[in-house]
Amino acid sequence: MSKIYYAETHEYIRVEGNEGYVGITDYAQKALGNVVYVDMPEVGDEFEAGDDFGAIESVKAASDLICPASGEVVEVNDALVDNPRLINEDAMKNWIIKISISDEAELDDLMDLEAYEKYLESNPH
Amino acid sequence: MEENKKTCLHDKHVALGALMSPFGGFDMPIQYEGIIEEHNAVRNACGIFDVSHMGEVFISGPQADAYVNYIFTNDILSVEPGQCLYGMMLHEHGGTVDDLLVYKRNSNDYLLVINASNIDKDVAWIMKNAEGYDVVIDHRSDELGEIAVQGPLAEEIVQKVLGLSLSHLSFYTFGEFTIYGDKPAIISRTGYTGEDGFEIYTDHESTRRLWDELLAAGAKPCGLGCRDTLRFEVGLPLYGDELDDDITPVESGLSMFVKVDKPEFIGREAIIKQKEEGPKKKVVGLEILDRAIARHGAEVLDADDNVIGTVTTGYRGISVDKSIAMALIDARFAARDTQLKVRVRRKVFPAVVIAKKFYKKSYKK
Repeated sequence: MSKIYYAETHEYIRVEGNEGYVGITDYAQKALGNVVYVDMPEVGDEFEAGDDFGAIESVKAASDLICPASGEVVEVNDALVDNPRLINEDAMKNWIIKISISDEAELDDLMDLEAYEKYLESNPH
Repeated sequence: MEENKKTCLHDKHVALGALMSPFGGFDMPIQYEGIIEEHNAVRNACGIFDVSHMGEVFISGPQADAYVNYIFTNDILSVEPGQCLYGMMLHEHGGTVDDLLVYKRNSNDYLLVINASNIDKDVAWIMKNAEGYDVVIDHRSDELGEIAVQGPLAEEIVQKVLGLSLSHLSFYTFGEFTIYGDKPAIISRTGYTGEDGFEIYTDHESTRRLWDELLAAGAKPCGLGCRDTLRFEVGLPLYGDELDDDITPVESGLSMFVKVDKPEFIGREAIIKQKEEGPKKKVVGLEILDRAIARHGAEVLDADDNVIGTVTTGYRGISVDKSIAMALIDARFAARDTQLKVRVRRKVFPAVVIAKKFYKKSYKK
């Protein structure tokens, strides 16, 4: 069973056991438009919740990717290197990095789907 | 904070669902459907841009020939009425006040089209330097709208909408027309995309009507997002990126628009000296040998990781499927095929100097 948590900066983390798959939400991919490059970290890099772990670029601009929970990168989604548009096709399926979560209590600071949808409604961009 | 100005088409952009963003002091459409779709429409069919934010300054009077030739780098005395000329206004030190189009309406009668972000600076500069010249300076940016119609189908669509014949206009010429009964319009065969097309200046009411009619005739609304990718791919400069108060046209590779043979114009001595000595920095094209995109401000490094310049504009090309950039770098590294590097956030990628005309223009001759 996995559970998905959402951050105000429009990343998600899908948690399975003590590992989490981090990507951007469907709302974020739509707002960005055509993704042309994903700048990903290396396996073994460690991030705190709130750190930049990379960037995602549309034609117009680069947006920072913010790590929703602290942990170490155990895998990066290599398919995005040659085909960054996979994110536009299915942002939830095409995660960017997989981390080992170092502090599960941090997940309580994130939103569930219902709260994230309410957040989107109350924060029109 | 001062509120951004709105062009006469602002409500139409909002109604079309455009993503709006501040540019040059105006709230402007960045994209409607998407940058890639709009970019391709201009390359393959026809796109229209609201460029009413651009500034228009009319200069006339007994000494207008002499005055415009004094503030402008290109030689307006060398061309006939009906011709447009691209060039710059320079500081004494050679840095660029603005790059602009000058329309020669007649001897002693000119229209200068200047960048939105520089309107206040340019008008002040034009007024200051006019001291002692018998000229009339008429700043009409707030009265005139401007639409750019760009792409291989531009001629067909504009002719159909306005019921005018424009095929006689060659590249960089213009005509003065009457449209919609009694409205004066200036129509030039010019643009900023590397494609054939027109720029149409008329009053706000006619601009609004023209916009709707161009859309109805099949032109695609295009935002400033693709205007930038289009001009960048054909190596055209944007003021603020490849030109500014501290960048000379020589450094930006635009010497051909600076006629140092003219006896006098502001900045002439500095440009002559720089051409003799060779510029210390130059704008070059770069291909990034990776998918990473080096954007404005990214550092350019030599083989030993010394910073030798910065990127001025960079994109994943749309018509050119590569990561490409223009960069202002130490002139010693400006030769084609020089191996360099760029720093994008915390990573460094290899890059190579290439020609900055990444995509071939297709102007009508």
